[in-house]
Amino acid sequence: MLANAIIQIGLFLLLVTAISVPLGHYMARVFAGEKTFLDPLLKPVERLIYRLGGVHPENEQTWVEYAVSMLLFSAAGMLLLYGLERLQGWLPLNPQALGAVAPDLAFNTAASFTTNTNWQAYGGETTMSYLTQMAGLAFHNFVSAAAGIAIAIAVVRGFIRRNSKTIGNFWFDLTRATLWVLLPICVVMALALVWQGVPDNFAPYVRAKTVAGAVQTIAEGPVASQEIIKELGTNGGGFFNANSAHPYENPTPLSNLIEMLAIFAIGASLTHTFGKMVGDSRQGWVLYGVMAILFLTGVAVCTWSEQRGNPMLARAGVNEIASASQSGGNMEGKEVRFGIVDSALFATVTTDTSCGAVNSMHDSYTPLGGFIPLLNMQIGEIIFGGVGSGLYGMLVMAVLAVFIAGLMVGRTPEYLGKKIEGREMKLAMLFILIFPLVILIPAGLAVVLPAGLAGISNPGPHGFSQILYAYTEASANNGSAFAGLNANTGFYNVTLALVMLCGRFLMKVPVLALAGSLAAKRSVPESAGTFPTNGATFVILLIGVILIVAALTFFPADALGPIVEQLAMRHSHLY
Amino acid sequence: MRIWTAIRMTIVLTVLTGIVYPLAIAAAAHALFPWQAEGSLVTSGGTVVGSALIGQNFSAPRYFSGRPSAAGDKGYDAANSGGSNLGPTNKSLITAVAARVHEVRESNPGTVSVPVDLVTASGSGLDPEISIAAADLQIPRVAKARGLDEDTVRKLVRANTERRSLGLFGEPGVNVLMLNLALDRLRSGDRPAGS
Repeated sequence: MLANAIIQIGLFLLLVTAISVPLGHYMARVFAGEKTFLDPLLKPVERLIYRLGGVHPENEQTWVEYAVSMLLFSAAGMLLLYGLERLQGWLPLNPQALGAVAPDLAFNTAASFTTNTNWQAYGGETTMSYLTQMAGLAFHNFVSAAAGIAIAIAVVRGFIRRNSKTIGNFWFDLTRATLWVLLPICVVMALALVWQGVPDNFAPYVRAKTVAGAVQTIAEGPVASQEIIKELGTNGGGFFNANSAHPYENPTPLSNLIEMLAIFAIGASLTHTFGKMVGDSRQGWVLYGVMAILFLTGVAVCTWSEQRGNPMLARAGVNEIASASQSGGNMEGKEVRFGIVDSALFATVTTDTSCGAVNSMHDSYTPLGGFIPLLNMQIGEIIFGGVGSGLYGMLVMAVLAVFIAGLMVGRTPEYLGKKIEGREMKLAMLFILIFPLVILIPAGLAVVLPAGLAGISNPGPHGFSQILYAYTEASANNGSAFAGLNANTGFYNVTLALVMLCGRFLMKVPVLALAGSLAAKRSVPESAGTFPTNGATFVILLIGVILIVAALTFFPADALGPIVEQLAMRHSHLY
Repeated sequence: MRIWTAIRMTIVLTVLTGIVYPLAIAAAAHALFPWQAEGSLVTSGGTVVGSALIGQNFSAPRYFSGRPSAAGDKGYDAANSGGSNLGPTNKSLITAVAARVHEVRESNPGTVSVPVDLVTASGSGLDPEISIAAADLQIPRVAKARGLDEDTVRKLVRANTERRSLGLFGEPGVNVLMLNLALDRLRSGDRPAGS
């Protein structure tokens, strides 16, 4: 059991590493506009998109223009999705004749998919038509991911450009990310998922006459095409209510492996894209190392806790001990084909990044096992992270780390040849502070307002965890859930939508401003007093800063939820 | 001006990623893997009896039972998937599991400790599989109800057991629907001599 866990997790990280280096270098070429092997196929499509869209990709933008383009594009897509949801009853590709989505739920879902959160207050197969799923939801899976990558690239340009007013062109970055990165991988891997059993059709739901003589209605749909971008774009919104636990979304351990690799692929690769762009691959490896260490720590704790199981079940006569004929452990909310290891691994992967797809129900995890996904999000989803947002989030933490190092030795801090001064620190701190602000204040409100308390489905400290988890995932744009929380209410739909929008756009704008500010600076030559950021010392410093910031911010809240519940469970206290 | 660019790009990219791409994938999926693309449906005597990937309710003693399901009101509602989302310190969870343990012991005399997957709800509510331990526990009951010897049933269990992918990934499990179908087929003709 232990050997298999170590081999599976080790092999997984090895595969991520093996994919990330070539993919990272490839992306560096894509965003520099250099030649790639896909050019003969994609160049004509790219030109067509620019012509139809009225885009002049050679026009460089300042950070303000870049941010405005990004915001307008997001607003247009959000309106389109809202419209599709409200009108789906009259539109084609709706064999189940599903009616209009209620206004508050439609608003929540539009905000959710525009912000790359993919929080779902609905069940896919009972709410959304095939057209809404593909043209509304899958479209956002692509472009919200592409926009994230675009911004990460713009931020890296801020570090490498000197005395420059501009940081690139949003439309160019967006189109290139979609065409050269997301689409080709999706086409190949979607078919691999179909091979494993993920359906992809436009048929009405199947009525099966079961062996026991009942009727079973089986939901169908264009699942595979949406499934792969849901993982690759770290979106996470399931086609079905049960997300990647549903056998149609994730039928085998092999499809599970493909999905987990897709979740990490781009976030991991961007560290090497970054290394390549700044001309020092070790800078990229430092960030990769920090991420890998935090990932392994999380997955180890989560797997251990889930395998250990729930002592109260053991007392009720349940066998939770792993053997050759069962995985054992805490199997409530988990699938037999994934067992404990693949469930805990998936839960860690999906919350290290801003994905939020789930192949097991986090609400039913042991308190400590469920604390890891929560903590991963509270750290800011920078452990490989959301596509793009993981890299720029980590770069902001790196800026904070060199600042703290500078304070300790009394020198003006530098990072990648750029002086970090007052303006940069203000923007970095704005980025760091908005995040907990839009978690803790609304969560605090929800636990005192009747409308908030009404959503709780598990009594005791777990109920508080459900609320804390909901606002954390919304601000972190994750979208996984302690899904027992009844969140399809006016109160939760509106507050969570606002938190998602703040968590996405109030953080993207300061980070673009930071990029603009850095790009305008000249580069200072390295000197004997420069703190080296491409070695092991910086790895340790960066991990320390990340953990201290998260702990100082969230420990009091966490103590009231998962921490106290873990103590209660070990002492067999029920609620 | 900028607003128009945003609207035009939204439309262009919607057509590409939201219409062209999913239609192309559906077409390629049907060309390459038509059975999977249609949902891995299983037919018996010309009618669809289910999907090889989706679990069903079984309660009769002559069928292997699957896992408890929280999908829909009656369980295994494949148009309304989901887990119980009961937390680990929720009284309802512990009470429900204890009741299921009791039930398993009643219908399978001689059972001491019950494999955890047989008394806990799956994440999807549609888990097609049970662990090998959970299948082994039910062999005597099913064999008795069908008048078969246990070895015959055990052989069918082994034949419907999925190993780990590549010998490494995931966990082994027994597909309950396929196993029960195989049992029914056994009854209607190819019953081995001596049973």
